[in-house]
Amino acid sequence: MTDRASTYAGTSDYIASPELRQTVNVAVVLQRPLLIKGEPGTGKTMLAQSIAQGLGMPLISWNVKSTSKAQDGLYVYDTVQRLYDSQFGDGDVADISRYIRLGQLGSALAAEERVVLLIDEIDKADLEFPNDLLWELDQMDFTIAETKETVKAKQRPVVVITSNAEKELPDAFLRRCVFHYIEFPSEEHMRSIVLVHHPDLEERLLDLAMETFYWLREIPGIQKKPSTSELIDWLQALAIGGIDPEEISRRLPFLGVLLKKDRDIDAASFALRNKGATRAGGR
Amino acid sequence: MFTHFFFLLRAHKVPVSLTEWLALTEALAKGLALSDLSVFYALARAVLVKSEAYYDQYDQAFQEAFAGVESVAEITDQVWDWLNGDFDLPGLTAAERAALAAGLGGMGLDELQRLFEERLREQKEEHHGGSHWIGTRGTSPLGHSGAHPGGIRIGGQSRNSTAVKVAAERRYKGYRTDATVGVRQLETALRRLRQLSTRNDGPLDELDLDATIDSTADHAGLLHLEWRRPRRNQTRVALLMDAGGSMHPHINVCNRLFTALDRATHLKDLRRYYFHNCVYDHLYLDPTCHPRNSVPTARVLQELSRDYKLVLVGDASMAPSELLERNGIIWWSMANEEPGMEWLRRLDRHFHRCAWMNPVHERHWGSIYGRDTIALVRNVFPMFELTVDGLTDAVKNLMVRR
Ligand SMILES: Nc1ncnc2c1ncn2[C@@H]1O[C@H](COP(=O)(O)OP(=O)(O)OP(=O)(O)O)[C@@H](O)[C@H]1O
Ligand SMILES: [Mg+2]
Repeated sequence: MTDRASTYAGTSDYIASPELRQTVNVAVVLQRPLLIKGEPGTGKTMLAQSIAQGLGMPLISWNVKSTSKAQDGLYVYDTVQRLYDSQFGDGDVADISRYIRLGQLGSALAAEERVVLLIDEIDKADLEFPNDLLWELDQMDFTIAETKETVKAKQRPVVVITSNAEKELPDAFLRRCVFHYIEFPSEEHMRSIVLVHHPDLEERLLDLAMETFYWLREIPGIQKKPSTSELIDWLQALAIGGIDPEEISRRLPFLGVLLKKDRDIDAASFALRNKGATRAGGR
Repeated sequence: MFTHFFFLLRAHKVPVSLTEWLALTEALAKGLALSDLSVFYALARAVLVKSEAYYDQYDQAFQEAFAGVESVAEITDQVWDWLNGDFDLPGLTAAERAALAAGLGGMGLDELQRLFEERLREQKEEHHGGSHWIGTRGTSPLGHSGAHPGGIRIGGQSRNSTAVKVAAERRYKGYRTDATVGVRQLETALRRLRQLSTRNDGPLDELDLDATIDSTADHAGLLHLEWRRPRRNQTRVALLMDAGGSMHPHINVCNRLFTALDRATHLKDLRRYYFHNCVYDHLYLDPTCHPRNSVPTARVLQELSRDYKLVLVGDASMAPSELLERNGIIWWSMANEEPGMEWLRRLDRHFHRCAWMNPVHERHWGSIYGRDTIALVRNVFPMFELTVDGLTDAVKNLMVRR
């Protein structure tokens, strides 16, 4: 439990704050699900990949949708295939286990080795969804009703759960988790993240782009603030486009990469004109 | 001090359960925070606090509990005292205390203590430079070199006092939901207008294909249809908004509510109307409240079925005559046949569920200029303050079935 193999210390492609790293290890040692919240693009999904890589475990990802059901994560019983086979006489229809397909949670529990299970965007599903998972996440076992077979984890998976806070999660569920809120990165932290993706970026370009990026995020009325991933894409566009760094704050080149809504683009252009006006008027 | 922390957290309204408190005890006993207070700060928060909305209250409780504490050892000593003692926590009910004792029984105290002391010894031996996982430098995950991305300093020269200082900075004030805050949080509150509406309402008129297949298979291939309630959201909202002069100081929060509602695309329908101080026989279609652009209130009531959730937004602060008298309407050029109060009651009778959102915070309702009319309006509608928490309560109230 305390050996080095189960210690997460970050990975080269993912910048985790010391607090985040600590919390990951607390969850691993206490064997409780790690619940991660934060604005879009703050690296919640990528954290699970980084944990899997850092701990040297396989990653199983379960992307929750609004129609997801907890049961489907365990297994589905393919009745249609069985019905089909029974009518067209293919294979041994009496053997129900041939028609049981394990879901992501089911596979994680059935795995031979310890795995990282990512339950991504849990708040997309019904309010009942997290509650329906309580037993399996606590006990780490489940029974396949059709075959009476019980699957029990040989080693408890490391469970990482992400949420965008679209919905409140039930209290009973929250009580069992270890929780961390990933704050939007400060400029300094953002620099290290960006450098992971663009190690050779010209410094002046980075400076001025960051300045404009954080300025944009503060414009009142912007509905969808640009996130880390958009910044990364934008820097790529600026570098490839050979944009003169001094032009960035003046022209907001490739603004569409950062802002996706017409209203936000209008708001930014408006703020840009205002900024120009105050500057001209003030001097 | 350790148990006092529990009490302080609850006093600051952080919803800490015994399960979580036990988890913290277990984590401490397993030696997850041996070296310094900053690690303890982060550990306790990760285990006890489940929403960033409570980070600020956590900071306050932390600061009050541990001001002056020099090392985690002082805390862990108390953890053992507590574990070996009667498990008493300030403010616990007898039932909670029993549950706690039962839960702790399962932890194997002796074993824990042995592990803990071993861990402590190892740590002293390895001291700081090592790569053991509870070390405090280098690659150690539970250690803390460098700065927190948001600016929280973890580590530093005087390690043990920084955690309290950091807590004292109250950096998470902005995430609180009991103060008026941003659109995003309001949106989250409004999303609940959907969840509660899907499960219980509406006819069973959608074919449930999966269940039908299962059921058909169970009946040896004889077709068995299974039906379910559609997952469509049925919630419709009528928003009536005070656009009077006394609302000006609240314009920002009202705008945020508007934006949030705009983005609440999950609603089946959203109607908005405006009024000035009180609702009378006409409702306005824009915030300028010009009679040219108005509709008779009676017609609105005809158009909107009773299952619309009625949300009124206003400070409910006016002269009592505006509410109670004929021709009490504030515009001298206009007249109302019936007192405003009559119209409010009519609205209440028409709609199944209503809520009045007041941008004035609840603690002022009894003392400000409008207190008389606030009290009168509250006799008719359940009133909530226009904060995230208030909106959350209001939404819950709106979703209760009648
Ligand atoms: N700490 C980080 N280190 C390195 N890259 C990061 C970090 N945070 C974000 N990124 C970059 O931002 C992208 C978006 O991250 P990710 O998809 O994990 O965010 P998310 O929080 O899951 O977002 P969403 O809520 O939209 O799902 C990643 O692909 C990565 O390129
Ligand atoms: Mg994601």
